[in-house]
Amino acid sequence: MNPSVSKPLEIHDLTVAYQRKPVLYGVDLEVSEGTLTGIIGPNGAGKSTLIKTIMGMVPSNGGWVKIFGKTAQKSYARVGYVPQRESVDWDFPVSVLDVVLMGRYGHVGWLKRVGKKDRIIAGECLEKVNMLPFADRQIGKLSGGQQQRVFLARALAQESDLYLMDEPLAGVDAVTEKAIIELLRELKNQGKTLLVVHHDLSTAKAYFDQLILLNMRLIASGEVEKTFTRDLLQKTYGGRLTIFTEVADQSAGVREYEKETESS
Amino acid sequence: MSKNKQAEEPFIPDFDAVDTFLTPWATQAETAWNGQIVTMGVLVSLACGLIGSFIVVRKLALMGDAISHGILPGLALAFIIMQSRALFPMFFGACLAGLLCSLCIEWLQKKSILKPDAALGLTFTTFFAFGVLLISLYGGNAHIDPECLLYGEIGLIPLAENLSIAGIQLGSRPLVSMLVVTVLVIVSIIVFYKQLLVTSFDYTLAKTLGLPVTLIHYGLMLLLALTIVSAFEAVGVILVISMLIFPSVTASFFFTRMPAILVSSLPLSFVYSIGGFFLARWLDCSIAGAMVLVASLCFGLGWVFGPKGGLTWQLLHRLKHPHPSIIERTDQYPIKE
Repeated sequence: MNPSVSKPLEIHDLTVAYQRKPVLYGVDLEVSEGTLTGIIGPNGAGKSTLIKTIMGMVPSNGGWVKIFGKTAQKSYARVGYVPQRESVDWDFPVSVLDVVLMGRYGHVGWLKRVGKKDRIIAGECLEKVNMLPFADRQIGKLSGGQQQRVFLARALAQESDLYLMDEPLAGVDAVTEKAIIELLRELKNQGKTLLVVHHDLSTAKAYFDQLILLNMRLIASGEVEKTFTRDLLQKTYGGRLTIFTEVADQSAGVREYEKETESS
Repeated sequence: MSKNKQAEEPFIPDFDAVDTFLTPWATQAETAWNGQIVTMGVLVSLACGLIGSFIVVRKLALMGDAISHGILPGLALAFIIMQSRALFPMFFGACLAGLLCSLCIEWLQKKSILKPDAALGLTFTTFFAFGVLLISLYGGNAHIDPECLLYGEIGLIPLAENLSIAGIQLGSRPLVSMLVVTVLVIVSIIVFYKQLLVTSFDYTLAKTLGLPVTLIHYGLMLLLALTIVSAFEAVGVILVISMLIFPSVTASFFFTRMPAILVSSLPLSFVYSIGGFFLARWLDCSIAGAMVLVASLCFGLGWVFGPKGGLTWQLLHRLKHPHPSIIERTDQYPIKE
């Protein structure tokens, strides 16, 4: 297998259990290069667990994960991970710029300090997420949306090829949400691969071009037009569907899609 | 007689400025003696403060407690095997036992259903108990003084045997080993600052950056064990914990970035050591105890007056920015009718 054509992410028969309680069951997945993929599913469907397992934070009970054709362990240097906001201690004595500079550590030698070039890049990344004015601020003195943007800037500074983001839009105001989505699209256009855990079904169709529907098992994956259908959503959200049917119908234009497929 | 003595010595002795501040430095011999004590105090607080800054942000403050108690069986075994109090075996044994203790704790935390604090509590007490047992069974002539072990006796540092390598007199043994460890700590933190910072702040990021996170963690634990082993003779296994925690938490009321917090360990260690020395001189009490009291006093001052989250600052901030009116209107019930 030629590594240059291998997929950014391949998952085969992945099973994960917390204390014998299965969370993910036999997940098979492939993500193509240069795509913006959303992972959706109900609470407890294993969305975050999937990302955490890929990152090796949660041990798997079976199956394997390959990143760019190699074992995940060997490819982490090419992966940018944006964790959920609660995963770090925001009282930690670091400034916004310090956090973004941490993203550059992979590009700096073991015994070297971060240089001027790294500082410039970190500054540019902060500028992209509109956080440059806060560069010197202690990270605890930021709002939730600002903290999320700091994490994004850090991921940008890593200059990775594959990005895994765990709910980057959680608790973010509408303007920031739009800005973040713009940024994700820009990254996609640069040929990066993005995998984003998303909780809001009503915007999923508009934001992503690929979707992964997850509820312990993989329900479906592929292009939005083919996966964001009433049947598949019903399968994913199960009994909770009644709440979602309307939303899905409205925002996804499922009826139009069904009409189109009928007429064609 | 005893009544007379009580009358002569009030609960708090009168403050005699000359006796407290000047007499310790009256003669050359006294200056040399007391100078060693103060230097040891500075080195202990500096090394502990630097390493403690990382321990505290990693939420491992009590791991210092665990390691400091866990070293006892190592000390005892080293003595039993070597039948002497030679420096290197004792040092090696203590470090090994301390590291083993931290390994056991982490293993229990990962592999059992025990809560982390319970796992920590039962492991280090077991280690300590094992050490106590070994000393009482075999260490009859070990001259390991339990009181000295628990509270330390920094005042006796100048009495310790001199260390000489290749015929060159280096000075008091605890002082020299503490100096070596302090230099090691400073160099390690300067060289591996990046790695220590990122593994402390975001373990996952460190992993994706390809850093050997486990190795870095145990490197830090080794440094911690080295620091504790060289410091416990001066301040004891209990008070060493306050030396680990106080400098960085005090500094965090003044600075919000790691480099500033690390650097402020230096002035703080001078304040602790010199302040503790004079306080002990005045009250005629344990120097190590007085040092910790000075440290808590500094912490108290920082807590009240510190510009970064101190009480006064918080109060001023609240006065300047009163609660937004939306929260104040709690007496109105919007859904009454």
